[in-house]
Amino acid sequence: MLLEQCMNGLQFGLLLFLLAAGLSLIFGIMNLINLAHGSLYMVGAFLAATFTVVLDSFVLGMVVAVTGTLLLGIVLDVVVFRRLYARTHLDQVLATFGLIWFFDEAVRMIWGPDSKTLHVPAALAGWVELFQGIPYPVYRLLIIGVGLGVAVLLYVLVQHTRIGMLIRAGASDREMISALGANINLLYTLVVGLGAGLAALAGVMAAPLMTVSVGMGESILILTFVVIVIGGIGSIRGAFVAAVMVGMIDTVGRAYLPEILRLVMSRGAASTAAPGLSAMLIYLLMTVFLILRPAGMFPAAGAQK
Amino acid sequence: MFKKIALGIAATMLVALPALAQQTLKIGYITMLTGPISNIGNDMRDGFELAIDHKNRLLGGLKTEVIYLDSQMKPEIAKQMTDKLIDSDHVNFLSGYALSNELLASLKSANDGKTFLISNNAGASQVAGEMCSPWFFSTAFENNQRPSAMGQLLNKRGIKKLFVLAPNYTAGKDMVAGVKATYKGEIVGEEYTRWPSQLDFSVEMSKIRAAKPDAIWVFTPGSYGVQFFAQFQQAGLLGKLPIYSNFSVDAMSLPLIGEAAMGALSTDNWVEDLDIPTNKRFVADFKKKYKHTPSFYAAQAYDGALLIDSAVRAVKGDLANKDGMREAMKKIDFETTRGRLKYGNNHFLIQNIYVAEAVKTADGIMGLHVLDNISPNNQDTHHSQCPMK
Amino acid sequence: MMGSPRKLATAVLLIALLLLPVAAMAMSNPFLIKLVTRAVIMAIAALSLDIILGLGGMVAFSHAIFLGVGGYVVAIAASQGQFSAWVQWPIALGLSALISLVVGSISLRSKGVYFIMITLAFCQLFYFLAIGTEAYGGDDGLAIPMRSSLGGVIDLSDKITFYYFCFFCLAACLLFAWRLSNSHFGRVLKAASLNEERVQALGISTYGYRLTAFVIAGTMCGLAGILLANHNDFVSPALLGWMQSGDLIVMLVLGGIGTLVGPIVGALFLLLIEHTLSTVTEHWQIILGPVLVLMALYSHGGVAAFLPKGWRRG
Repeated sequence: MLLEQCMNGLQFGLLLFLLAAGLSLIFGIMNLINLAHGSLYMVGAFLAATFTVVLDSFVLGMVVAVTGTLLLGIVLDVVVFRRLYARTHLDQVLATFGLIWFFDEAVRMIWGPDSKTLHVPAALAGWVELFQGIPYPVYRLLIIGVGLGVAVLLYVLVQHTRIGMLIRAGASDREMISALGANINLLYTLVVGLGAGLAALAGVMAAPLMTVSVGMGESILILTFVVIVIGGIGSIRGAFVAAVMVGMIDTVGRAYLPEILRLVMSRGAASTAAPGLSAMLIYLLMTVFLILRPAGMFPAAGAQK
Repeated sequence: MFKKIALGIAATMLVALPALAQQTLKIGYITMLTGPISNIGNDMRDGFELAIDHKNRLLGGLKTEVIYLDSQMKPEIAKQMTDKLIDSDHVNFLSGYALSNELLASLKSANDGKTFLISNNAGASQVAGEMCSPWFFSTAFENNQRPSAMGQLLNKRGIKKLFVLAPNYTAGKDMVAGVKATYKGEIVGEEYTRWPSQLDFSVEMSKIRAAKPDAIWVFTPGSYGVQFFAQFQQAGLLGKLPIYSNFSVDAMSLPLIGEAAMGALSTDNWVEDLDIPTNKRFVADFKKKYKHTPSFYAAQAYDGALLIDSAVRAVKGDLANKDGMREAMKKIDFETTRGRLKYGNNHFLIQNIYVAEAVKTADGIMGLHVLDNISPNNQDTHHSQCPMK
Repeated sequence: MMGSPRKLATAVLLIALLLLPVAAMAMSNPFLIKLVTRAVIMAIAALSLDIILGLGGMVAFSHAIFLGVGGYVVAIAASQGQFSAWVQWPIALGLSALISLVVGSISLRSKGVYFIMITLAFCQLFYFLAIGTEAYGGDDGLAIPMRSSLGGVIDLSDKITFYYFCFFCLAACLLFAWRLSNSHFGRVLKAASLNEERVQALGISTYGYRLTAFVIAGTMCGLAGILLANHNDFVSPALLGWMQSGDLIVMLVLGGIGTLVGPIVGALFLLLIEHTLSTVTEHWQIILGPVLVLMALYSHGGVAAFLPKGWRRG
């Protein structure tokens, strides 16, 4: 069972990674607090729920959802974010908080208040045997695969391309990029688009596992923030390590905490206290991290506040 | 001096005059119309409306006006809405209340405002016990009734080892307590999932497999049920492990869960094919109007409207006669969708609990079919803690 | 220093609030009293946030914690049969102070984005703590059978008396906040938020000042929590979530940060807007959302920014 839990933890962690990577870049390069990142995740999920049915194909629906959200992200950047880059964090918090309200309500108006369900496509609904006769759902393996694939692609992008170099430079020192003659606005918009696309991908893949409903972005947003803070703002590597760590701890913690608690209290009490405690676990972890390493695990060199 | 008397008479007449005219019956209906389990709230509203239609928009002979408000699943909002309905809209009845916490937050306002609160779903154990109130009536159930009947069913079916799964909130825990109260076998696993945010049951699936139970009992309301059954199937457990459930397979979730639920057994206070005239009419007209099978939420709301109708009719429209209406409601002297029922001293229903099986109905969709009356005249266990007679 | 036009604005608002119950009864709409009571209580909470955000420049997402602490102490005491305010309230305020000391001392070591994140994490920590504690209602919350008893003269269960009591608390907090911001303490805090290095170069420990402000703000918010619990006759974990902290920030910004009249205006504005807009359309958030965005982009001082210059604090 431990192996199964670790796989689940890895899968959850990789979903978080997709969200955290984009958000971390936005934080790191543009110094923008984007509370509405979860809303992009939500929009991706809703688009997928509709288009997989309309187009009668999971893959096509996914493509439409990710592309659509990516475009939405770009629009958002041009219309709202661009004006926020130079502003205080408070203004950014306020504006993106307003965006959350807007998106929540817009989704409610367009899709109705009921939550949607997205079914795993039949081809992926089975399970394969891992070692020792443990069946593991194919779909979750897919998520792990996609997550790892994206991680590799991002790594290549950041380390081995010109754009990646600009991104890395930007995370350290914003003024340098313009001095290098790169088009700041274009770079920023690309980063936002990338982040939006990744968020949508996470939303689409998570959708069959969770109910697609208004407000689903808010709950996962907090965990994403935790991942970024632990991993270090602006660092994709940090986001990866931290996301997997958080995913594992949350999943394995949820699985084994009742056992641990049962050592000190009755079964019933342990079972009811455990979910609450395991939820708190992640925040305790983040607090400890911030005390010991205030800049995260892999702070971008020369990272600003 | 003379002026004062004249003014006094005029004022009294102004007050009395509306009372002489035909009154409107005002009902405030609070339920969750938005959010992840809003389909429950909407079904409640639909059931309530259908009953009013059946009475030609006149409950108890009075023109009926219903104000529907969205609690957004937030108890604070439910309380605020309750206050508004009482203080601002001066409603004669409050109804709806799908969730226990909405009820707990709002009951005091109803008591203080001396306004009847007819719960169409929420049934927290405190309200059945020490917090019972003469202003409260339930047309639903107390949280323990159906699970305790489930315990009896499990015993009858010879299930020796049981795995239990419920979300970690008060209703969830009440359910588990209800099952444990009557189930005599061994509980080999007891898992509480995070509510409302957890919809990923991967951890729990692993544990279920590891515990090797004879059967599994779950409480996964609304869309959570859809997720659970889907993941149960994905985990390869479908068909290998019999599923017993409460509040997880119903008219709303079954079409979405599909055949993954085939054969699942539950204990319910209402099943769609109960052979009772009022029920047959309710189900047929509901399907015609709303194009889907009603759930028990709708049935309870339908009965709720009938209850209000019986009360108002008993006092011949004199809405100021609250004691009279209360006495009439206590008698519940009409046929509900579940037949003729009685009220306990705590104004919770004494009703049969049936075993229902998820099957493919004649319409070709998944539905529930009644098998057996496992617990006739089931009364909740908290009524002795209620000081009312 | 406070100029006459600003004094006038605050005074007008306070007088309007003072007369509200009379107007409400005349309009035969007692619900209005309950609605404005809630706004007054939230104004106290927003005012307490103003002390650290407006004066100290700290964007804290942890403030909802203290609403919860204040409220839950009252509720838990009531569930044990202890209704006396003289017992409940000192414990609630004391606990708020203690918790804000702990949260503040850890959080204030971080700056900027990290500060925001860690206060958010603390908020969630307490939120899940409330949900997980079954003994006190857990997710369902805890109903309060009877309001805090002050013994004898003041009966808080009467809605008009309760309204005036909350109003009195708001006025007292306003006075306190005014004196605080104009004191040496307040000036140092403000200076540190504008230019920290310079203040530190003077040999002043900004950390100490900030922490003190944090504790003061937390305690005042605990008072708001006490009043809110009494108002609702109910507490639930929903009081503690990060979105609630966000609501307080929005209230403050809408009304005008760094002003005294701002929190009152903001609280009234937000709550009344929610109420009236929601009767017009269920979809009021789709209007208010972009309003917030626009305000963030184009207006720095909130609603107060629309007042003539002499009316705002400098």
